[in-house]
Amino acid sequence: MTATDTGATARGTGDRLAELFTATRGAGRAALVGYLPAGYPTAERSARAYAALLDSGCDLVEVGVPYSDPVIDGPVIQAASDTARGNGFRLSDLFGLVEGIAARGGRAVVMTYINPVLSYGMDRFARDLAAAGGLGVITPDLIVDEADEWLAAADRHGIDPIFLVAPASSAERIARTAQHTRGFLYAASTMGVTGARDQVSSAAPELVTRCRALTDLPIGVGLGVRTGAQAAEIARFADAVIVGSAFTSMAGAGDAAEADAALAGLAAELADGVRIAAAAAAPSAGSAVGDRS
Amino acid sequence: MVSPVVAPLAVGPDPDRAGGRSPSWLGPRPDGLPRPSAAVTGTAHDPDARGYYGSFGGRWLPEALVVAVDEVADAYAKARLDPVFLTELDRLAETYAGRPSPLTDAERLTAQVGGARIVLKREDLNHTGSHKINNVLGQALLTRRMGKTRVIAETGAGQHGVATATAAALLGLDCTIYMGRVDTERQALNVARMRLLGAEVVAVDSGSATLKDAINEAFRDWVTNVDHTYYLFGTVGGPHPFPLIVRDFQRIIGLEARAQTLALTGRLPDAVAACVGGGSNAIGIFHAFLDDPGVRLLGLEAGGDGIETGRHASTITGGTVGVLHGARSFLLQDEDGQIRESHSISAGLDYPGVGPEHAHLAEVGRAEFRSVTDREAMDAMALLARTEGIIPAIESAHAVAGAVDLARELGPDGLVLVNVSGRGDKDMETAMRWFGLGDPSTAEAQVADRTSTEGGVAVDGR
Repeated sequence: MTATDTGATARGTGDRLAELFTATRGAGRAALVGYLPAGYPTAERSARAYAALLDSGCDLVEVGVPYSDPVIDGPVIQAASDTARGNGFRLSDLFGLVEGIAARGGRAVVMTYINPVLSYGMDRFARDLAAAGGLGVITPDLIVDEADEWLAAADRHGIDPIFLVAPASSAERIARTAQHTRGFLYAASTMGVTGARDQVSSAAPELVTRCRALTDLPIGVGLGVRTGAQAAEIARFADAVIVGSAFTSMAGAGDAAEADAALAGLAAELADGVRIAAAAAAPSAGSAVGDRS
Repeated sequence: MVSPVVAPLAVGPDPDRAGGRSPSWLGPRPDGLPRPSAAVTGTAHDPDARGYYGSFGGRWLPEALVVAVDEVADAYAKARLDPVFLTELDRLAETYAGRPSPLTDAERLTAQVGGARIVLKREDLNHTGSHKINNVLGQALLTRRMGKTRVIAETGAGQHGVATATAAALLGLDCTIYMGRVDTERQALNVARMRLLGAEVVAVDSGSATLKDAINEAFRDWVTNVDHTYYLFGTVGGPHPFPLIVRDFQRIIGLEARAQTLALTGRLPDAVAACVGGGSNAIGIFHAFLDDPGVRLLGLEAGGDGIETGRHASTITGGTVGVLHGARSFLLQDEDGQIRESHSISAGLDYPGVGPEHAHLAEVGRAEFRSVTDREAMDAMALLARTEGIIPAIESAHAVAGAVDLARELGPDGLVLVNVSGRGDKDMETAMRWFGLGDPSTAEAQVADRTSTEGGVAVDGR
């Protein structure tokens, strides 16, 4: 295993996530990260949806690989994943989507369960994603204990490996996970599956506080965010606010123009949220709190 | 540790109940058969510290569950060496589940097949009707020991769900069972049994609405409720330590069967046959023979419509290596690594994964795996019913079918031990449709029509 840096690396595309967080920290705000399943609801609408997020205030998009067995996802993302696959999404389509995002100047990381990566080949996956302009990969069902081969592949091709920590994670595990993570550390703010919630879990700030004591990595918080007020709340203590299920619900509703408008509207509200927090509380170091629910 | 909600049963033997005498479940059995406690204290075939059997197994799971599985591993490591825990396991196995299960010399089946002598390990005679009770009693005791008040479980055919609901009722634990919608419909009787036992049954509609999706949903529940909930895994799959724990609680099958076969025949069998879905009954009976190099271990996977049709559940014989439900093993997947739906007439084998220890035994050549189609299994179900008066579960009928073929290959000097892992009561609706048993006046003719002549059912002359 090769990746040992805890912060920005000086190599490959890893610079671009580090640059993002340097910029947002400099601006005294959190980054806004938007998740959508790739190919949802269709290939054509999916490309438009990512563009709508990036044009309306998302600093980074997470391109989710629709998977047959998404164990930590709630019903919204499960159903969207099934729809995308039913409409013909193939793993090879992922790289074209990422390339399209990168070509228009957007930043993209991939969120994927590990079996499609194993099947595609870890080295080949990292290589093709890097060639497409992708910056990193979030692996929700891969723990660092099993990640030697993936870390080596990601390192070879300059892809940031992004791991999750959870409220139940011990300090020892957070430290070890952070040691192998680049870009940002993904803090799952509740112990449950993804899905928009009315209130931000109290576990999130506690988890971020524990992470801060162990790593200088930016920390993203996800799981449940759907309003600007929630985004503002998380932005007070995290470096990135990650929103998933709320965007996914909108991406499949109505026709393409209606969906784009809805996505843009929510992205703009959330983007205001992550900036209001800055005005209110001027965070010092960064952390990213994610909710891809 | 005793959970405060548990009242009915004391932990460990109660001298008052034993009337001052030594309880029968303590010490060696008069017949010399081993007790379940002998099966769990460690073997030369335990996985490495990271939970690997060769290159298979491990912990491929979300970080949020690491603490939970660590806690289970720690609790089990202590429990498997704790006399209080082991005594309670033995007591329940004997006085509640009905262990030991007998070995039946299948004389008429042997004569009908005309090959090797066939003997049957009768896990179908256990309380709740299958081998599943062995595992759930062990893990339910572990749950109580850990101070958890609720168990959740997945189930396919419903046998593990019924067994879990049973153990939960016995030990006073809350119980939620996840079952694919498709399976709740084809195993409606078991759904009713679980509800009668006080369990909540959740029909899972996501994905293919079968066992794999029930497992996904149970994991989601566990992630959310891990503080008070134990995931009582039903097969030798999942993240470490579940393949170890479930295997240990099922090892009693093989320990008993080995001793019983020696006592009955004076020799070891030439082969041991068992059906393999996730693989818990198979690993349970195989394990006692791992170090007997002359004993072939034959796992029978569900062939559905036939491997060549793509509609099957033969994970080792027709799958590839990947990661599913926490372990690296063989699985059914497409070229994108998406899990493929499995197909089998048997809900209990209808699963696109298999336990990592089986994958290892296949890779190193210690066990061999064959595929048995729906038709071959149903033929064997009827064959065993008519020659021995035993209606096996359709899962177990796969083992019978494979054993019959092997008995013919081995010839009259051979000896085949078959694990009859469960009874077929739950499968009568399927059998009624398959054999056309709905109308009593036409049943006999239709059984003859639906079984192939090779199966030998209708030509028995009765």
